[in-house]
Amino acid sequence: MKSTITKQAEISDYTPLQLMVTAAAREIANKEIVFVGMRLPLLGFLLAKSTHAPDAIGVYELGIVRDTPAPGSILTMGDLPNLFCAQWLTDTADLMGLLQQGRVDVAFIGGAQVDRFGNLNTSYVGGTKKIKTRLPGSGGACDLASLAKRHIIIMTHEKRRFVPRVDYITSPGYGDGQGWRERVGLPRGGPCMVITNLGILRSDPGTREMVLTSIHPGVTVEEIVANTGWRLCMAPKITRTPIPDDTELAMLRRFDPQGYWTS
Amino acid sequence: MPASKLFTMFEAISRFVQNGSAVALGTAQETLIPFAAGHELIRQRKRDLTLIGTISDILFDQLIGGGCVRKVQAAWVGNVITGSSYNFRRAIENGNTEIEDHSNLTMSMSLRAAAMGVPFMPARTALGSDLFKSNARLKTITCPFTGDTLTAVAAIRPDVTIIHTQRADEQGNAHMWGNMGITREACLAGEYVIIIAEEIVPTDTIRSDPNRVVIPGFRVCAVVHAPWGGHPSPVPGCYNRDHQSFIDYRTASRTPESFADWKAFWIDNVKDRVDYLNRVGKNRMDRLKIKHHLRSAPADFGC
Repeated sequence: MKSTITKQAEISDYTPLQLMVTAAAREIANKEIVFVGMRLPLLGFLLAKSTHAPDAIGVYELGIVRDTPAPGSILTMGDLPNLFCAQWLTDTADLMGLLQQGRVDVAFIGGAQVDRFGNLNTSYVGGTKKIKTRLPGSGGACDLASLAKRHIIIMTHEKRRFVPRVDYITSPGYGDGQGWRERVGLPRGGPCMVITNLGILRSDPGTREMVLTSIHPGVTVEEIVANTGWRLCMAPKITRTPIPDDTELAMLRRFDPQGYWTS
Repeated sequence: MPASKLFTMFEAISRFVQNGSAVALGTAQETLIPFAAGHELIRQRKRDLTLIGTISDILFDQLIGGGCVRKVQAAWVGNVITGSSYNFRRAIENGNTEIEDHSNLTMSMSLRAAAMGVPFMPARTALGSDLFKSNARLKTITCPFTGDTLTAVAAIRPDVTIIHTQRADEQGNAHMWGNMGITREACLAGEYVIIIAEEIVPTDTIRSDPNRVVIPGFRVCAVVHAPWGGHPSPVPGCYNRDHQSFIDYRTASRTPESFADWKAFWIDNVKDRVDYLNRVGKNRMDRLKIKHHLRSAPADFGC
C-alpha cells in the first residue's frame, strides 16, 4: 500500500513545461517525418522517439536528419551530439525541398502571438509601422507553417499573446478562416492545435477556429477564457490532459538533466 | 601551383570588406560561426554593412551593437538558447537599422538564384504571410506551366561571403563537414569568398576527398588560419558549443552600457586571437574539446 502511494506521488511530480512537452510528443505517430523546431520541440521529438514513436525521423532546419535520438543532452539542434551519427548532414535547402514536396508529416513551432485562426507572429509586436517589440523573426517557422502536412504550435497562454488578430503574420495559419489557405495558394497543411501551459486548443474542421478541447490538471475553464483575447469556443466534449507517466518523466529528465527547458 | 592566398585576419578583412559591403556570414546557422572574423570587422570599425543570413547567431547582434550595420537581410536574429537579441531589437525598434524579413527557405532561394545566375527562384512558402510587407524581394507569380500561385524570391549576391571551416590549403580549397545550412549557395553567390580555417593543410589532404570541398580555391580570395576562430559556436571535429558564453552574452547585451563593457573586454582590447583564447582560458577550452572522436571510413578515389 505504502509503495503505491509513493509511486503516485512520484507520478504527479511534473512541471507544466514537462506536461506541454509530453502532450506535444504524443502527437507524433510512429514512422512520421517530423520537422523539429527550436527549444521545447527538441525535447518533444526525443521523448516521442524514445517511447511510442521509435521509427519517427527528425528533420532539423540547419541541415540535419536523425533516425536515432542524440546520444547526449542538447540545448539546441546545432549541438554536436545532435550531429553525431546523424542519418544525413546536408544543405538547409534539401530539407526545405522535402517540405515543399509534401513529405513532412508534422512540424512544431513556438510563437509570441497567436490568433483564433492559428496565425502566428514572431516578428513584430505592434506591426511594421509602429513597432512595439521586434522579435527574432521567422527562421524556418514560416516554411513549416506553409508546407508541412500539419503543424503544432506550442506557447504560453496569456491574454496579450492570444489575440483576436495577430499584428503580423510570420507563419500562416488559417488566415481569416475556412478556405483561406487554398485562396492564397498554400498547397496543404495548417495548424492542427495549440498546446499551452493551461490546455489544448484544436482547429475546428468547419470554421478553422481554435477551440478549447482539453484542460490541464488544476486549471479551470474560466482561467483559460480569462487568458484568451477572443471569445473562445468550447469543443462539445472537453477532456482533462493526461499527465506524463513515469517513463516519460524519466526520459525528460535524461534529455534535460539540468532542467534548462522544463524546470 | 597557384600563389598562396594565405592572409592574416587583419589583412583579409581590411582588403576585401569595404564600408557598405553586403556580407554573408554564419551560413551553417548554429555551427561554424566565423566569430573571429566578425570581431575583426568590429575592431576595424567597418560601417554601413548589410548582413545576410538565415538563422543568424549572436554574431549579427554583436556587429549591430558594434555600429557596423545599416541593413539586415535574414530569417531570424537572436540567441538560439535564450531567445531575443537585444542590440538587434534596439536597432530595429529605434529605426537605426533596416530589415528585410526572410524565412530560411526564401533566403536559401535568394542565394541559390544568385549562385545559379538567374534573377529569381520560385518557391511555395510564405504565401498569405506578411513577409511580403517587409521584404520587397518577394512577389507572387503564376506558374506558366501549372497556373499555381508561387512566391518569386529575388536573387541576393553578397559582396563577401565569410565562412569558417575545419581545414583548407593555402589556395583556398576548403573542406567543411557537419550540417551545411546555406553555406554552399552563399559561397557560390559571393563575389569574394573568405575562408577561415581551423587548420591549414597540404593540398594533397584536400585532394584526397574532393567531395568534401565546400568551395574550390579558384572562387576564394583569401584564406585565414584561425584555430578556435569559431568559438563560442561548435565546430564539428574540433570543439563543442560554449553554452555559458551565450548565456553570459544575453545578460551582457541587455543594455547599451553593459554591451559596451562586454565589447571592450572581448573585442576592442583583444590584441589577437592568442589574447582572446587566454581570456577564454585553458580550463574552459579543455572542457569544450571533442572527447569522443569518430573518424569516418576513408573513401577510395583511386583510378
